[in-house]
Amino acid sequence: MTGTPPLSAVTSSAGSSRYGDLVAQKRVIVACGTGGVGKTTMAAATAVAAAHGGRRAVVVTIDPAKRLADALRIAELDNTPTVIDGAWPGTLGAMMLDSKATFDDVVSRHATSKDQVERIFGNRFYVNVSTELPGTQDYMAAEKLNELHFSGEWDLVVVDTPPTRDALAFFEAPKLLGRLLDNTVYKLLISPRPGVLRTVNRAAGSVVRRLSRVVGAEVVDDAIEFFQTFQGMEEGFKSRADETLALLSSADTAFVLVASPRSDTIAEALYFLNKLADADLSVHAVVVNRMLAALSISADEAAELQSKLSASPLAGAAQALVDHVLASAGDEDRVSQIMAHVPDAALMRVPLLSSDVHDISTLSGIAELLVRDSL
Amino acid sequence: MDPGQFFASSRILIVAGKGGVGKTAASACLALAAARTGRTVMVVEVAGRLDSAPMFGVDPQGYDEQTVYDDPGRGQVRCRSITPDAALVDWLSNHGFARIVRRMSKSGLLEIVATATPGIKELLVLGQIKHLEQSRAADLIVVDAPAAGHALNFLRAPLAVRNTARTGVLRRQAIEVLEMLRDSERCRALLVTIAEETPIKELVETVFAVEDEVGVALGPVVVNGLLPSIEGLDASSELDVSGIGASESALSVDEISDLLTAAGFRRDRLSLQHEQLASLAQQLPLAQIRLPHLFTTSIGLAELKALATAASASIEATERWAGS
Repeated sequence: MTGTPPLSAVTSSAGSSRYGDLVAQKRVIVACGTGGVGKTTMAAATAVAAAHGGRRAVVVTIDPAKRLADALRIAELDNTPTVIDGAWPGTLGAMMLDSKATFDDVVSRHATSKDQVERIFGNRFYVNVSTELPGTQDYMAAEKLNELHFSGEWDLVVVDTPPTRDALAFFEAPKLLGRLLDNTVYKLLISPRPGVLRTVNRAAGSVVRRLSRVVGAEVVDDAIEFFQTFQGMEEGFKSRADETLALLSSADTAFVLVASPRSDTIAEALYFLNKLADADLSVHAVVVNRMLAALSISADEAAELQSKLSASPLAGAAQALVDHVLASAGDEDRVSQIMAHVPDAALMRVPLLSSDVHDISTLSGIAELLVRDSL
Repeated sequence: MDPGQFFASSRILIVAGKGGVGKTAASACLALAAARTGRTVMVVEVAGRLDSAPMFGVDPQGYDEQTVYDDPGRGQVRCRSITPDAALVDWLSNHGFARIVRRMSKSGLLEIVATATPGIKELLVLGQIKHLEQSRAADLIVVDAPAAGHALNFLRAPLAVRNTARTGVLRRQAIEVLEMLRDSERCRALLVTIAEETPIKELVETVFAVEDEVGVALGPVVVNGLLPSIEGLDASSELDVSGIGASESALSVDEISDLLTAAGFRRDRLSLQHEQLASLAQQLPLAQIRLPHLFTTSIGLAELKALATAASASIEATERWAGS
């Protein structure tokens, strides 16, 4: 797919960071990374930054912490963006993804009859697919992204991704249903035709009977009914998935890895990046959240200072300084580890804040940090 | 409470919590603390990662069992990995699908089975853990549960399967695993958090779900990454730059500024941490095992030993499983 030009022209100016360029130019930004690093907050701050830059930006969050949700006024679960008033020239929208409702919408859109919709909604296998299947949240986030992007109402759609260890989940998600629908066993199971397939069907029937004994007959019956009911909708789902994947891999889309410098989350981030690299995917920017403030003093100097101050009222402060310098050096060390994997990505550091983000002005502060030229 | 008594009270400890709270380090240090009381301990990793062995200073050998700590005649820690995908393949192989299980994974039937029965993989991991427990594979089994929202899904899995599969072998498995989870002599859940607002809020929600829905007995909460307090830190708050200049004339302006910044930052973090610990204690009447923040870049055996010592000290200071 070729990118449509941004609806409101925003040019990057001198003084803008490379992240600022992404915020000003891209149509889609996907925030990925593992849980517990402030991914939702960074996604929201990115949308706020775009609104400050005059764009119409919307952020799709997934299970935001309550205070952030309150700040974004997305307590209501209506699965559509709420516009948030603020001191910016653009427009800011925010919503929380309701995965099940999104899935229901997609089914309704592709169904050939009302009866088909009702039978699918009533099927327990469908309920599992739309709520519990690993990857469903990713799939629906991608679906929502597609919907908002092509609605023409937004210049930039920022998507938070579900916490996952699988970096590729988001890319593979749109193919999820296609994969289920494509598989050969199911085709045999639902095939009503006699003749050539009869022997094969008998073999399949034996598998079904044995499976029924092991996992329970009603489980198998539900699955078969689901696939039978779903017939006729496969093409609609597949072409939509192709459209979404094309959007994700177009030049309009940027991927941002959000990480924190804690040693355990860095291991996760590196694992994530390796997975992406294996699949020839790249991240455009890395946002490292929760960085300690860097001080000018070196570790050796801090240690020297500590011994000099051992008997002074500043001994406690000197201990704090030694710890701080050590921890801050560790942070930088881990940031280097990440950047060694993605040398071309823009790097943004966001400092450790003294409390969780729960208002728009804090988000605006982070937004400013993200787009300000740090060089 | 005596650590020996603590580690004897259940045969399985499931260490759970959201991502980024240091669950693996908590599991490893509890395993080491238990081994030091003269037990053989098995750490079971279920996320498909082999993160525990390096913390014991040993290269991971793969998913099979591996001894990572051995104090002959005193205690031992072994590690092994059980992945959800492998658990499903194993189980189907053992239930009449051995010949076609390879074809099944190609044809997508495994995926259909997993989708038709949410929680089946997690249930089967718990089933293998039950098998380890019943064959007395070790005195204590420490399970490093999956991260994020998955912690709860992991423990809820047997309920989910029991509600889906109304007949069949799988249902029996779900019921047996639930029995194990609900027997505090066999199994307890230890939830891990850090002393910050959002993780604590989520922990409190998780605790009630774990207790009410699943019925798993809870052990103490593990609070990870606590910044140690510093004696005399407050003294620096009363000094201003000019006062320091007079008494410590050897210091440069930059040094003074860095000292005050670091001290102020530490004071803020400590006071925030204090607040959060109090809020946690107030919301959850559970004992706390407190683990210190380590200022090192990675955790090896030396760091793990320090954490295990802290864990034991914390357990000794605990009077009973639950607080008042």
